[in-house]
Amino acid sequence: MMLSVDIKARLGDLDLTAAFEAPVGVTVLFGASGAGKSSVVNAIAGLLRPDAGRIALGERVLFDGSTYLRPHRRNVGYVFQDARLFPHMTVQQNLTYGGADGLNDMVELLGLRPLLSRRPAGLSGGEKQRVALGRALLSKPQVLLLDEPLAALDGPRKAEVLPYLRDTARSAGVPIVYVTHAMAEVVELADQIVIIEAGKVVRKGALEDVMADPASARHFAKRDGGAVLSCRVARHEGGLTVLSSDAGDILLPGTVGTIGTSLRLSIPAQDVMLTTQEIEGQSALNMLATTITAISPLPNDNLAVSLKAKDAALWAELTPTSVAKLGLQPGQAVHAIFKATAIGPT
Amino acid sequence: MTFGPAFWEVVSLSLQVALVATLCALPIAIGAAWLLARRSFWGHGMLNGIVHLPLVLPPVVTGYLLLVVFGRLGAVGALLFDWFGITLAFRWTGAALAAGVMAFPLMVRAVRLGFDAVDAGLEAAAATLGASPTRVFLTVTLPLIAPSVLAAAVLGFAKALGEFGATITFVAAIPGQTQTIPSAIYALLQAPGHEGDVVALVVVSIVLAMGALLLSEWLNHRITQRRLA
Repeated sequence: MMLSVDIKARLGDLDLTAAFEAPVGVTVLFGASGAGKSSVVNAIAGLLRPDAGRIALGERVLFDGSTYLRPHRRNVGYVFQDARLFPHMTVQQNLTYGGADGLNDMVELLGLRPLLSRRPAGLSGGEKQRVALGRALLSKPQVLLLDEPLAALDGPRKAEVLPYLRDTARSAGVPIVYVTHAMAEVVELADQIVIIEAGKVVRKGALEDVMADPASARHFAKRDGGAVLSCRVARHEGGLTVLSSDAGDILLPGTVGTIGTSLRLSIPAQDVMLTTQEIEGQSALNMLATTITAISPLPNDNLAVSLKAKDAALWAELTPTSVAKLGLQPGQAVHAIFKATAIGPT
Repeated sequence: MTFGPAFWEVVSLSLQVALVATLCALPIAIGAAWLLARRSFWGHGMLNGIVHLPLVLPPVVTGYLLLVVFGRLGAVGALLFDWFGITLAFRWTGAALAAGVMAFPLMVRAVRLGFDAVDAGLEAAAATLGASPTRVFLTVTLPLIAPSVLAAAVLGFAKALGEFGATITFVAAIPGQTQTIPSAIYALLQAPGHEGDVVALVVVSIVLAMGALLLSEWLNHRITQRRLA
């Protein structure tokens, strides 16, 4: 099942043009507030009618020049930023509004058992979002839309809901379109990323490909540019965790995850140091043998040094002075030293 | 007459007229309020004007217009009589019609406030869960505007109970047929020696109006409390 979106809409001062495909898995729509991300999701749900284009789920056309399916006929699940639970119903009535099949499993999965007879007014923000997520999933949607579901929550509440989002995302088996402008959620959840700026799609692709390309750094906050690697917990030894990735083994401090679990690593480009020879006696845990594939300018006048480590790509942000001092050239072998940050189940 | 059969006849007729008027006008008022609050269409302003006419016209004029339209010879009245044998003019049903028409604008206004206050996002959420517009209205919108519907019912009931001008013009004040509390008070004031009866009817009016108000406050309180449980 593939969700394909290709729409045009005039929204006040914003000309929205968005075309992308969302396969099974999580497609993140990333961009600043007001860029048009929510409008795209509303168009998929049928809450906003584009001026032209086409939206289809597999073979089923939801919208085109001659078709406009109303929201209740689209079979989409929608989790709103503000939860939108029905205030006059109990949690259980809210959950089963769109379908009761699988209620018990959902209640267990989302930890909602103690809340069933309560009403939304008495729930915390995190509890509300868990109910909203369960309610959307119980309607057995063919596509799940999440519009900044964590944006209204504070730090601890975000951390409370995120694992549920990750687990349901993995098990839902349908395309998931997830709107956010929070990098941590992108790294944690995204399989695909679609970057939207001022109503236009400026970049799209698999998250790891997009993050490995320095040219996409200008779409992210200063600290957020840098490669993202998927890895698997291989073993724990000597108080460290060994992860296997396409770039080779990567060490993390502490005992992280259980063996076999997969998680994401974020390697911010500003945190990668390069040396032309292997150095003994340095404190960073990771030193990978890499080859320079390209050196390109960044908008902030620094240089991006793209690297290949075995089958993975990463990059480092260096000042022109450093690049000149080391005499770095494409094709050259260098060692990359970095501290990795793991994101995912711990 | 005080507290005699004639007295209770006036009171029970008034209650009957006001209740029937309120219950019949309420669904139509909800429909009109929905159209005005939620739909944009050609003639929106016109409909709004027509709904409010009984509020701004002299009640005698409204009564006269009812007589013209619903009288035995009126456009609608003749049809009702020919097809169903229904007569409204000078019957208690006519009094209920007059009271309902006069209460209608107040009820529409009260319900409309409810529609304006409902978060349209909740209705959108219900639609994404597969609920048809009818189901959304019955399971989400209507329960959420229940306090406003209640307020509209009380307001309409009080207005219907006190309606005088249009009623007396349309159906006169026939004892046992169309003589409600206001027209009875008016008739009693025309002849000397009935001050006691007038006071009794005034007290009953106050008790009924206050009772309706308290009942609605209590129901409203219950609805809100349930939502916070």
